[in-house]
This record gives sequence, C-alpha cells and structure tokens, in this order.
Amino acid sequence: MKATLRVRRFDPDSDTPEAHFQEYDLDVEDSATVLDGLIKVREEVDGTLTLRCSCRSAICGSCAMRINGQAGLACNTKISDAVPRGGGPITIEPAGNMQIIKDLVVDFQPFWDKVRAVEPWLQPEGPEPETEYVAPNDAMLHEAGVMACIMCGACVSDCTVLAVDSNFLGPAALAKAYRLVVDPRDDAEASRLARLDEYGGVWDCTRCMECVEVCPKGVAPMDRIMALRDKAMERGHTGTYGARHADAFADSIKHSGWLDELKLPIKTFGLFNIPKILGLVPVGIRAQLAGKRPPIFHKSIPGVQGIRRIFDRMESRR
Amino acid sequence: MRYALYPGCVARGAAPELYTATLQVCARLGIELDVDSMRGAACTGAGVLQEKNERLGDALNARTFALAERSGLPLMTICSTCQGVMSQANKRLTQDPAYLAEINADLAEEGLEYRGSADPRHLLWVILEDVGIDKLRSLVVRPLTGFKAAPFYGCYIVRPSSALGFEEHPDRQDALEQVIEAVGAEVVDFPGKTLCCGFPILTINQKNSLRMVANHTLDARGRGADAMVTPCPLCHLNLDGYQPNAAAAAKKPIELPILHLPQMIGLALDIDPKAMRLNKHIVSTKKLLSELAVAP
Repeated sequence: MKATLRVRRFDPDSDTPEAHFQEYDLDVEDSATVLDGLIKVREEVDGTLTLRCSCRSAICGSCAMRINGQAGLACNTKISDAVPRGGGPITIEPAGNMQIIKDLVVDFQPFWDKVRAVEPWLQPEGPEPETEYVAPNDAMLHEAGVMACIMCGACVSDCTVLAVDSNFLGPAALAKAYRLVVDPRDDAEASRLARLDEYGGVWDCTRCMECVEVCPKGVAPMDRIMALRDKAMERGHTGTYGARHADAFADSIKHSGWLDELKLPIKTFGLFNIPKILGLVPVGIRAQLAGKRPPIFHKSIPGVQGIRRIFDRMESRR
Repeated sequence: MRYALYPGCVARGAAPELYTATLQVCARLGIELDVDSMRGAACTGAGVLQEKNERLGDALNARTFALAERSGLPLMTICSTCQGVMSQANKRLTQDPAYLAEINADLAEEGLEYRGSADPRHLLWVILEDVGIDKLRSLVVRPLTGFKAAPFYGCYIVRPSSALGFEEHPDRQDALEQVIEAVGAEVVDFPGKTLCCGFPILTINQKNSLRMVANHTLDARGRGADAMVTPCPLCHLNLDGYQPNAAAAAKKPIELPILHLPQMIGLALDIDPKAMRLNKHIVSTKKLLSELAVAP
C-alpha cells in the first residue's frame, strides 16, 4: 500500500533549528507498522531521521510517540489503521510533555525521576523469612495488570495535567506506586499513601482518562490513581480538598439524590476557610447576575429513600 | 422519536440555559421528550462518587437504567460526563451477569430490576443517528454562515473509546464537527477539542484548572474561533463561568463565548436567543449574536 508519513523534525544542531514537518511517501506492505515505515525512511530515504526503537514487539517500550495527535507505540500501530478517516498523511510527532532532544527522541529523565520518587521497590518490615517472601496468587494476578507497564511514557505524553503542571507525579509513576501499595510483601503502605496524598500526588489527576485511552498495555493508570484515592481516604487522609470534595459529593447524592452545587464548594473548602470562601464570592455574584445560581433550597428528588437505602447497604458492606 | 430525558444535575442547577435550549431544539427536530420518567433518577456520580466506591456508583446507575426500562423509552442525556459515566457503568453491568445479579439484589427492595437493555445516548448522538445530519441540515432556516465554531467535546464522551461504542458507530468521533457544518458554520479544529477543561480539579487545584481553561480558549481564539461549542455542561461551567478568572491568571483577555450544543443548533433554527438564555452567560454572547445578525 501507499502511505504518506508526515514527520515532525527538529535538530538543535542544524543551521536552521526550527521544528518543521517533513513528508515521506512510502510504498509498504499492507501489514506494515508505523515503525516499519519510519525505519524504511531512515534506511532508504533519509538517514538523519532519529528515533528510539528496539524490540518491534510492544515489549521494550522504546517507540512511544504521537501518531495523529495521540500517543502510542509505533511498533503496534499498523499504517493501514493509522491513515486518517478521509485519507491524507499520517502525522507523527515526538511524545508530548517531555523535552525534545532530536526528531522523535525525547528526554526521559523527568519520567525516571518521578518513577524513582515513588520508591519503586518493596519495603518489607520485620525479620526476613528463611526462604522467599510468599504472596497469594490472587494478589499477584491483580498486580500483574499494573506490572504489565513497559514504561513507554505514552500516558505521560498525553497527560492533560502534566501539560500544565510539571510538578504532577503523573500516571506512570502513580500506577507504579499503586502496584507497591497493594503488594502484600510491602509494609510501607501508610507512608506511601501519606506522600501520595500531598501536592502533585493522587488528587491532582483530573480524571480525563487520556492515560487509560493511550496505554498500549491496558494498565489503566487513572483507575489505579482512583483506587489510591480510595485507599488514602480509608487510611484516614480525609483532610485534602480532594477527599473533602469526594465526601461532600457523596453526601449530597445520599441526602437528596443529586448534586447540591451551592454546598459542594463550601463543604469542600470548609465554611471557616475564609480566603477560599471569599474567593467564591465573585463567582457567586457573577452567577447570580447571570441567573445561573443553583437553587438555594435544594430539593430532594422523588424516591430519594431508595437511593439512601442503596447507600446504607453498600456502605455497611465495606 | 420519543426519549426519556435524563438532564443531569448541572442542567437543573447552574446551567438552566442548557435545559431550556434542549427542550426547544428537540421540539423543532422532532425529538419528543418524556421529562417525567427520570425525575427520580440519581446523579451518575460523575466519576467522583466512583473514587470512593465504584460499586455504589454502578448500583445508582443500574437503578437509573431500570427506571428507563420501566418507561419503555430510550434514555437520552445532555451531558458528556453523564454519558461517559453511564456508558462505563453499563459496560461493567452488562458484561458480567453475576455482577448484575448482585446489583439487582440491591435494587429489589425498591421493586426495580435492570434487565440490561438500556442504551444511554447523548443528544449529540441522537441527532447523528436518529435525526440524521441531512435532516438537521434540511431543518436549518438560518444557516450560521461565517460563524467559526471550535468544538469542545468533554472527556467522557470521547474516552474510554472502548465503552462508547466507537467501533460500531465510528461517526461519533467527529459528531460535533458534523453538526457544526450542518448548521452552516465553519469548524475551527484545534488539538484541545478532546482534552480536559479542568473542571474536575477546580476545587482541588484551581491554578491548574484555570490554566487548562486559558490554554484551550486562547488556542481556539488564536485560530480564529468566534465561539466554542460543547455538549458538556461541566465543561461549560469551567470554560464560561471561570473564564474571567482564567484570563486574570493568564494576564490575557479571552472573551470567547461558550455555547451549549443545542444553543448553537437553536440559532440556526431561528429560535429566539433570549428564549435559550444566551443572554445569561458569564462571557457575553452579545457581540457574537450581533455579528450573526441575531438580536441579542
């Protein structure tokens, strides 16, 4: 088949170091992957094209890049699947949220720094067992879903929080943290959760699901972050705005069946949190003037008793 | 075409203009709405309740689906977030009969049972799949010629794609663009259209949330957009309601009107802008409406 790759090029050492797109028309096998196409360009058309790759089998995690604006592995994306609806070239760019070194190669140092920051090793307490540490099969099967991570950085590339705040630990490191928190051989759950509860940790995720969508191994980092939030709250970390927001949200549904948009921010911040409450005043005045203020007397929906009973049953079971 | 309308919390609270515009636009498009059957349906949990207890969220949504089944009507939402949360819950409930049976045991006390037949769909998809883009185009009486609209989907109506039926309905991926073109307007494409508006972290990390608002609105503005159009009232709350804060934080004027999907369609159907409460936005739509030669 014929296909056109539109590749973002950047070489800081060239005479004209501006990023630009370069198009390559290729004739490839129908089964060819985007990586096959890029290697063909590098070997037969333009030897200056720079990219990382190794296994070609979605195992090594080297070739994550943005294909038509979305992160993925070049080696497990077929060219025939990547041709945009309606035709046209396949746009290939380096992974996002990381500094570009050259062409499709980005600097992974901040990625590794964040993985290291979650202390990605087991921290058992007590005397060492005489033989090996034993873990129940079920626990390891559950963990295997996260251990499938190949550290390709696709999730980090497309994380919408990292796009505005480089302080966020990010989906890959937080998924790794989850894997250690739930590992039965690890005894540092309390201190891990305390750290993950801080600024830049689990509560900074915006739940946009980009990481779930782009992960080539089904790790679902955001789901792990949500599970970490739940664990942190269970461990008594209920003072963050995030935890208070989740509590206030659940209380509202339990009480009336739907969301009380007036009370939610007040309960999240706390009535006596003067700076935050004052910060709501201009927003409230604007909403009032525009006729967009939610009702002051928040009425319950019909049949709310049924909803309360579901809450009671589910909460008592936990 | 008759549907049980599930408006979601925001259209009944801080975005009443969405509810009003929906009723009027649906009447013109031949979409009949039963607004009573779902009055007793709970909030979907919006992903927030699911942080604390996913199973509880699934039970509440199963209850909603059971109410829809009882009405005998297909379920229609007008909120991207409701759509996504419902689709995800529905996937978990219908792919595991044992799980569904457990959840149904919790609904039994109320005399409800979810049989697994609900197919919640957003107004955007109903227009695409039941009304039809050609029919919409034929109903336009005032084409929005010259109007440059930037689409903004809202995360949960595009991700995770595995729960949203994109394989069976590939047209859903650019549904908003198709509607914008059908009403005679021009699509301003920009990478932010499927990204996060920042609303979920508004009370948790306002700085980051406002940066997202500023980035998307400024980018769309820079590409020539006259307004942004969204099928998600939560995105609207942030992109419109907090746009002044975002502009102040970014130290740049933005002034980009944010329209709800039915408001834009309504303009092309010559519905009075005031009747759709277009004069009740935080970012004024006055200039936009006068450019479109519609009385503000």
